[in-house]
Amino acid sequence: MLDVAQSDALLDIRNVSKIYGDPEAGLVALNDFSLQIPRDRAEIVTIAGESGSGKSTLANLVLGFTRPTKGTITFDGLDVGSAGAAQMRSYHRQVQAVFQDPFGSYNPFYRVQHVFDMVTKNFGLAENKVQAREMMEDALNAVGLTGDDVLRKYPHQLSGGQRQRIMMARAYMVKPKLIVADEPVSMVDASLRASILDVMMKLRDEAGISFLYITHDLSTAYQIGDKILLFYQGTLAEEGNATDVIANPKHPYVQLLIDSVPKPDPADRWKGEIELPAEEELRTARAKGCRFVPRCPHARPACSDALPPLYPVGPNGHRASCILYAPE
Amino acid sequence: MSDPVLKVRNLSVFYATPTGDVRATEEASFDLHPGETLGLVGESGSGKTTATSGILRMVSSPGRIVSGSVELDGVDLLKLSDEEMRRMRWTKLALIPQGAMNSLNPTMKISAQISDVIETHTGQPATRERVLELFQMVGLPERIYGMYPHELSGGMKQRVCIAMAIALNPSVIIADEATSALDVVVQRVVAQTMAKVRDALGVSMIMIGHDMGLMAQMVDRVAVMYAGRIVEIATVADMFARPAHPYSQILIDSVPSLTERQPLRITGGITHDPRNPPEGCIFQLRCPYAQEVCRQPQEMREIRPGQEVACIRAEELEREDA
Amino acid sequence: MTADPAQQVMEPEDDRAARRRARRMKRFDNPWINPKLIWGLAILLGIVVVGLVGRLFWNLDLAFTGASLLRLPPVGFENLRGQAGQWMTPLGTDGAGRDMLALIIIGAPNTLYVGAVASVIGMGLGIFLGFTAGFVGGRTDDVIRVLSDVMITIPPLLILVVVQSVFGDISLTMMALLIAGFVWQSPTRLIRAQVLSMREAGYVQMAKLSGASTFDIMFKEMMPNLVPYLFGSFIASVTTSIVTAVGLEVLGLGPQRVPTLGRVIYEAINAGALIQNLWWWWGIPTILLALMFIGLLLVNLGLDEVSNPRLRKA
Repeated sequence: MLDVAQSDALLDIRNVSKIYGDPEAGLVALNDFSLQIPRDRAEIVTIAGESGSGKSTLANLVLGFTRPTKGTITFDGLDVGSAGAAQMRSYHRQVQAVFQDPFGSYNPFYRVQHVFDMVTKNFGLAENKVQAREMMEDALNAVGLTGDDVLRKYPHQLSGGQRQRIMMARAYMVKPKLIVADEPVSMVDASLRASILDVMMKLRDEAGISFLYITHDLSTAYQIGDKILLFYQGTLAEEGNATDVIANPKHPYVQLLIDSVPKPDPADRWKGEIELPAEEELRTARAKGCRFVPRCPHARPACSDALPPLYPVGPNGHRASCILYAPE
Repeated sequence: MSDPVLKVRNLSVFYATPTGDVRATEEASFDLHPGETLGLVGESGSGKTTATSGILRMVSSPGRIVSGSVELDGVDLLKLSDEEMRRMRWTKLALIPQGAMNSLNPTMKISAQISDVIETHTGQPATRERVLELFQMVGLPERIYGMYPHELSGGMKQRVCIAMAIALNPSVIIADEATSALDVVVQRVVAQTMAKVRDALGVSMIMIGHDMGLMAQMVDRVAVMYAGRIVEIATVADMFARPAHPYSQILIDSVPSLTERQPLRITGGITHDPRNPPEGCIFQLRCPYAQEVCRQPQEMREIRPGQEVACIRAEELEREDA
Repeated sequence: MTADPAQQVMEPEDDRAARRRARRMKRFDNPWINPKLIWGLAILLGIVVVGLVGRLFWNLDLAFTGASLLRLPPVGFENLRGQAGQWMTPLGTDGAGRDMLALIIIGAPNTLYVGAVASVIGMGLGIFLGFTAGFVGGRTDDVIRVLSDVMITIPPLLILVVVQSVFGDISLTMMALLIAGFVWQSPTRLIRAQVLSMREAGYVQMAKLSGASTFDIMFKEMMPNLVPYLFGSFIASVTTSIVTAVGLEVLGLGPQRVPTLGRVIYEAINAGALIQNLWWWWGIPTILLALMFIGLLLVNLGLDEVSNPRLRKA
């Protein structure tokens, strides 16, 4: 993906690291990561990984809530890492977010309309109240709701699925180019997830909004994602088209991960017993080498020497960071 | 099949609210056989947790057990005195509550918390050997004996909770969403541990969850709950091969596949007011196949040996999922 | 439901019990209708009303020295000299012939005034410093945190005794200002902690994403959710301020020319009212202070229940 020329990229993340504490010896939450989201077509890019893999750090970096320790994040020519308050505000007209907890995203003190009022007022979206109300109606209709049903209600009077769809409507009303969706369905009932994922696909196809879809759930990523990037302990383990990666995982960690997703088929149960290595080994921030060494069935001494680069392993930019795939 | 170890009949638990009773669990009936794992599955608000707190008689005000019987080894738990019931918990019926791993006491060592459970119910402090034996059963290393909860990962803490549940050799363990807050690989390890413990001790388990995929991997029989009612009970093979109730079908469909891209199937949540359920079938307001006949009360009925369903049109709607 | 006949018979009673439960819960649906809160407010309001309305109906000139006979008991009692109480001074007089009722009408609101002014200023400081510390963070936070932690360990009375002996006679407002310097620490700490936890709240992040200014985030998003805490903290600091003010007055410090409840007690003690059986002289202001504290305590307990539903009785 690095071959995409810089001018073509909407969001251009280049060699970004985020280290908490001492820059030399602190905790590496995200290690030397690059990603380009193209300008000319809308995509759902999935960032997947377990807790502590660095995916939420990436969300916070892209939203400008934290700044990178190394590297640059550029959006439409704006250096997000060094933007001031005014630049940040105009940046947030282009980049919006939906968070994991659909209840916590609402101030319990206000009615639902407050979340829409804030954006209309601060971003000057509407000239008058009537127009503002029309825009809200329009955005809510896009997620299958109507203003009369929800705007005058308090957040606790809505269901989890409704709350999250309203958050999608709010993000959509700003008409951004990119929405960071941080685990948007993990706190929503299984039977309601589809309604939210469907909104994401609709916004991509009809409104041309790209998504950075951050999740630990590979099956939804497979269903709606275009591209997928899998993280392990702050490093990128594997990337490629969602269908390629999930149908044909290459990195040993990704293979284990995909094998562990419970399949809805009682005839196809987990085979073989897996063991987790000791805690201490997992927790040490490894300065160099592949982070998966302590758990990897294919580990060899060379794995601990340096973090493997991303080797091509398949079509459409399918790459994995594992020396099993190093060219001879 | 052998006699069931746990027989639940017509158990109803209601919660009082200013505008009427919420029928959290209504007329729940099922059996649990020795050594069997029963999955109790449904979305939030379906009454699965309430049903188990009814079984354990841990319903707190403003909730109350309205009717029913819960027989454990032939003894009706709902007729016991509070003191007798207190003795039953842990020794016969153990619970791994939702979020148990986050309710471990942060100021007490793991070993002390396990031996506390044993001491409260037997009057004897647990020996180091016994605690280590429990550790070994759930696959925890000896060296965590002197550790505190914050020194362990989520998966290990969850296994500590399993160790506490089996500490007094209960005959039934109820696990409420025991693996749901964990990463998939860790979830697999914890699920593996539970299966191992179940086989080693021959205990019966009730696993509460919302993930049909996990049910397929873990349980022998599945009971599907919707809005306080059990709508279908079947062996896991039947449930996935021939789901009869439309709601079971929706639940199975909502597990996204990893092998084939399908269009998303969109459904709504529970739509009726839980204080005022519709006459007749509980699912009629969301059911894509609802007809006039669905306004009649729906009783659980056996459509084939071991598969019971509360749907009058089950035979025509049943589908082969292969 | 297929209930057996025995249960059918029992149902009416069950119904009644359920309705009772429901009514009880409905009452608790409006948390502000809280008996403790209402009683507490009623007591405090009563004291204020006595102060305000009393001015209209009672001759306040009776509060000057020598306005009446010395050391008269309340109506219906006799003092050691065999003088009976008279209706011109229904609550008796002090050692200088001042009417107790007039003293209370002037003194009780004065005491509340000191408490309220000191707390308003202290809260204002606390809100400002707490938000600054929580929001700006870094060095500013360190300084504010250390300062408030250190100040909270210093007993205010000790410092104020020294300060006041230097100042000599001061006005009520001046005393309130001095006390305000000692009641900002707890609100500062409380608000700082709340702001730190709210900063990570989803709705604050959403507000940031919605282009809200820092000012809006502080006062439109965070402040409304702080209101219950602020109320509670305000009442607590009124209590502290009054205790401090009365403490100073009883030691003979504070305003010398304005009647306050503490000053009346100081004079009573000085004149040996305790051993001379002039109980009304020290007793009446003491009872009034006790009432004031009970009122404040009830309001605080009530507010606790309002903001924390778990404390409410089912």
